[in-house]
Amino acid sequence: MNDTPLLQVSGLVREYALPRPHPFAAAPRLRVLHGIDLAMAKGDSLAIVGESGSGKSTLARSVLALERPDAGSVRLDGMDLFALSRRELRAARRHVQAVFQDPYGSLDPRQTVFRIVAEPIAALEPRTARGERRDRVAAILQAVGLPAAAAEKYPHEFSGGQRQRIAIARALVTRPALVVADEPVSALDVSVQAQVLNLMLDLREKLGLAWLFISHDLGVVRVVTERVAVLQHGRIVEQGRTADVLAAPQHPYTQALVAAMPRVRRRG
Amino acid sequence: MTFYLLRRVAILLATLLAASIVVFVVLQVLPGDPAALILGTGAREDTLAALRHQLGLDAPMWLRYARWLGGLLSGDFGTSFTYHVPVAELVRQRVLVSLPLALFAILLSTAIAIPVGVAAAARRGGAADAGLMGVAQIGVALPNFWLGLLLILLFAVRLPWLPASGFPGWDAGLWAGFRALILPALALALPQAAILARVTRAAVIDTLGEDFVRTARAKGLSRPAALWRHAVPNALIPVVTLIGLQFSFLLAGTVIIENVFTLPGLGRLVFQAIAQRDLIVVQDLVVLLAGSVIVVNFLVDLAAAWIDPRLRRAGA
Repeated sequence: MNDTPLLQVSGLVREYALPRPHPFAAAPRLRVLHGIDLAMAKGDSLAIVGESGSGKSTLARSVLALERPDAGSVRLDGMDLFALSRRELRAARRHVQAVFQDPYGSLDPRQTVFRIVAEPIAALEPRTARGERRDRVAAILQAVGLPAAAAEKYPHEFSGGQRQRIAIARALVTRPALVVADEPVSALDVSVQAQVLNLMLDLREKLGLAWLFISHDLGVVRVVTERVAVLQHGRIVEQGRTADVLAAPQHPYTQALVAAMPRVRRRG
Repeated sequence: MTFYLLRRVAILLATLLAASIVVFVVLQVLPGDPAALILGTGAREDTLAALRHQLGLDAPMWLRYARWLGGLLSGDFGTSFTYHVPVAELVRQRVLVSLPLALFAILLSTAIAIPVGVAAAARRGGAADAGLMGVAQIGVALPNFWLGLLLILLFAVRLPWLPASGFPGWDAGLWAGFRALILPALALALPQAAILARVTRAAVIDTLGEDFVRTARAKGLSRPAALWRHAVPNALIPVVTLIGLQFSFLLAGTVIIENVFTLPGLGRLVFQAIAQRDLIVVQDLVVLLAGSVIVVNFLVDLAAAWIDPRLRRAGA
């Protein structure tokens, strides 16, 4: 075992340019991430919580290398994602995959489930034989609890929870070490949320995945993650074990978030 | 899919029937007596009555409609009042000019517009985008007849490469006929390509913002792969719809270009038939053109269902 963390985010800064007030002014910049530091080990599960606008999704997009930060680095297994060549970056993407919030918008309506799930293999491991590709898609569909017949159907033929299962299958088919899940259940019915969360827990155990879980819902976070980092206005204000942070929040913002959690009283 | 197809065909037939009734009734209501037109103003009332009877104009309206429709279905379009030749023959000659011209123009327009629109969308906000859309803006503003005159000046007068006008007929050889259609097709295609390029750009920019394109990037597709495999195919519906509309327009809406290039096309035939009150020709042509618009729309619907699997279910 080496002690290189699976994911190491250091000093991550991201700014967006705002519209210029007049044509000769320098564009004002809005800083959404103020130097984020995070680390995750293999098999870890970390939640990033915070309200809308706190920079959660920007952080997720930076970890996925969909956005280039203005300063700082994202290292995956020690490799700085933003120092890699295009080719190397694509190779690295095999190890980080994503599940997004909207199960309706994130699946291409023109493609069958088979094509959607098989595409990462085609894109990232182009030398995979046709038969192996089919077997892997079938295996992963089964692992996420979809019937084999699902492969020939289109996304619109599924419910939201099933679509999120398709998205999870697509994320896992390249056997990544890290899955970034950006609000994966917030668009689903509460009854379906539990099923999808349980599936994510199961798969994490079975496949030894690390989940980076972005959420605004502490109730969900408590169920799925061991550690939590609280993000406010682009800064991490508190982090620690999920159980500890929720039981005894230190920072006033965390206290406010915890206080706002709906409580379910247990009987007995 | 089979059910979807049957349903669309049923709608197609019903629409065609409705169009034929509307065209027939409207033209019956219009003033103007074909018998009087043929015989002139000095004709005697009994001669007029005899001719009306011979033309079948004295029969009740529903019977005349049934005869006309039956004729259309069996390929008998009636006889032109002014030319005294079967309308079917008149139309056949004109279609052989107008249809290839329309196809040629729409192919040119599509072949120019889609790459330009996609390229501009992929470089949205950049210099190439601004340049391409600037040219397209000028293209939209150009009247096609003026463009046609410029093309004649350049490629027929200055550079004697292509014929300036006229159509030798397909009997003169495929190449001779094709050469005569190059300039009019360009004059028709360029302004249409400008509009189509702008629509393509807007549609592709829309789909580039879709979650599934971001997802495609996240799962490891390169930028061009995400563009061509996810963004462009999903942007095609508005593009195909517009191509259908443009094609319908090109079939008969080209009177001006046909005049600039003196081409014997359908547009000019409609125009002449109206000027000469050649009722039966007008009636046949309008229903044919309406029919072609309906058929093109039907094909566009099928293409849309092929493009977007969700539409096969929704049906409607």
